Amino acid sequence: MTSASTHNIEFRSVSKTYGSVTAVSDISINVPKGAFMALLGPSGCGKTTCLRMIGGFEQPTSGDVLIDGRMMNGVPAYRRPVNMVFQQYALFPHFNVEENVSYGLQQIRPKLANAEIARRAGEALEMVRLGGFGKRRIHEMSGGQQQRVALARAIVNRPSVLLLDEPLAALDKKLRSAMQFELQTLQRELGITFVLVTHDQEEALSMSDFVCVMNAGTIRQIGRPEEIYDHPGEFFVADFVGKTNRIEGTLEPGGKVVRMADGGALAIVARPGVEPGPVVVALRPEAIRLEHRPARMGEITGVITHRVFLGSTAEYSVAAPGIGDVLVTADHKTMTESDLIEPGATVTLAFDPAAAHVFRGTANQVTTR
Amino acid sequence: MELTPKAKKTMVTAALIGPAAIWLFVFMVLPFFAILVFSVGERAPAGGYQPAFTFDQFANLGARAAAFVNTLTLAPIGAIACLLIAYPLAYYLAVKVDPRRRLLLVSLVVVPFWTSMLVRTYSWMYLLGARGIPHVLELIGIENVRLINTPGAVLLGIVYGYLPLMILPIFVSLEKLDRRLLEASADLGAKPISTFFNITLPLSLPGVMTGVALVTILLLGEYLIPQLLGGGKVFFIGNALVDLFLQSRNWPLGSAIAVTLVIVVVAVLLISMRIAWRFAGTRQIDLV
Repeated sequence: MTSASTHNIEFRSVSKTYGSVTAVSDISINVPKGAFMALLGPSGCGKTTCLRMIGGFEQPTSGDVLIDGRMMNGVPAYRRPVNMVFQQYALFPHFNVEENVSYGLQQIRPKLANAEIARRAGEALEMVRLGGFGKRRIHEMSGGQQQRVALARAIVNRPSVLLLDEPLAALDKKLRSAMQFELQTLQRELGITFVLVTHDQEEALSMSDFVCVMNAGTIRQIGRPEEIYDHPGEFFVADFVGKTNRIEGTLEPGGKVVRMADGGALAIVARPGVEPGPVVVALRPEAIRLEHRPARMGEITGVITHRVFLGSTAEYSVAAPGIGDVLVTADHKTMTESDLIEPGATVTLAFDPAAAHVFRGTANQVTTR
Repeated sequence: MELTPKAKKTMVTAALIGPAAIWLFVFMVLPFFAILVFSVGERAPAGGYQPAFTFDQFANLGARAAAFVNTLTLAPIGAIACLLIAYPLAYYLAVKVDPRRRLLLVSLVVVPFWTSMLVRTYSWMYLLGARGIPHVLELIGIENVRLINTPGAVLLGIVYGYLPLMILPIFVSLEKLDRRLLEASADLGAKPISTFFNITLPLSLPGVMTGVALVTILLLGEYLIPQLLGGGKVFFIGNALVDLFLQSRNWPLGSAIAVTLVIVVVAVLLISMRIAWRFAGTRQIDLV
């Protein structure tokens, strides 16, 4: 059963169906040891099903799941070297903090000495900075503290893999970003593989080494966060990960111009392999500059309709003929120095042709959120 | 006339609880006081009550010791028998059964209530009586089996009649149990049996306590089942009261027994509430 593998988790053509509904369809992933991987996708994309198949709460309909090179098909959750931080934490309400954290240690056979259990549970609580909270009842803890209890409970057995199911979803924004750092730090200290499920692209990008973008039960793209953001493999990924503008048109032979429905031209650089024909162009809001000058060949003009001040940045909505509303993000400071920012102004949307991503397809063929 | 907000609030409260309070006062508190007064009185020579102040009746409780012994043994044994049968069934209904069939199966638990308890217990009287099961046993050569008018018959009637009351509260507490807690337990390495004893059972105890208290309290005042299935042989306090008030017309002794019964019921209630609260206190957290 054991194969010399540096992969911590391996999915080999895994599918999972519930009756006639396919949750996960023919997925293969390798997660290297010690990696922090995020499964990112909209709800219902199959990411949670994947996580639950690693945890042993679901069994694949077909295909194999391997952990540390060992076949896991049919192995129940309680025999897997995997622990999970549940959504909403699922802490045991009738136990106090220490009893929750030591629960996993209590299950070890042959039984550990009580002193050993207390020592290890204490260590785990220290790691999540909850030393001294052991005797507290669960309902006396705040949401952020409960989250850390759940974390301590899941790492106390030193699993080979730690699964995190939307762990930060219930926290407020400030606490969430603090926990993102803590989770990263913890992952490096422990050196164990983390698999995070989230629908929040910012969470996935900021914490993980690898992002696996999923949609409709399939993997759309796997890569480092920068790769996913800067080089999306398809329109869905560009659209789901970060904000993006969607422009439809026809790619002309030569791969330098997209002709839009109203006859306007867009200067782009299509990747090799994108055939002339109907295409969708994805353009990041921050790749566009608003300039107060006549448009050159391949650029578009529009009228600013809204401005939303976001602190360090400002978001502009620009009505462009033939495209619709274009979202532009600008550095707040540089923009206030200029006078083009007021709604009503006509501006040219300038961008580096290489920053536009061109994908084959039409509106009907492209999956969006 | 303008009412102050405070006066308004008082009136709303009065309107909400008033009807129930008046009802309880007239039909519960006043009669109970009458019973209290009777219990320290004397039996009139022709039967009934004549005023006095004596605790003789309480000293006399021993005359009906059998009723107390029967009630205080068969009621808890009956409740525990109900519990032992109800828990696995409630667990099956709440955890194991296909959710689409759950509602149907749970309503089947309640179906017996559609028929009068009297009618159902009456049919047991025939089943257990000489022309029922013992007769069938005789046909296959097993003779002299007596079922009716035994403690066993009363116990059977109790379990038959009160099982649904035990199933429902346990079912409710098991059904609202967060399934992720069971997954979390398995995830942390607990075998299914360990998960049951560490998580499922403790978290369903409030339902268990509710069921046990409900069934026990109702059983302490039970009259019908011992009357029909216990004949004159296995009788409860309820039967003794009927006898004392209606047949021998010793109202003061009947009242003293009634007062003692109320004290026992309150004690049972307080003890079970205490136990239930101890666990309920840790369940305040929302796990939605």
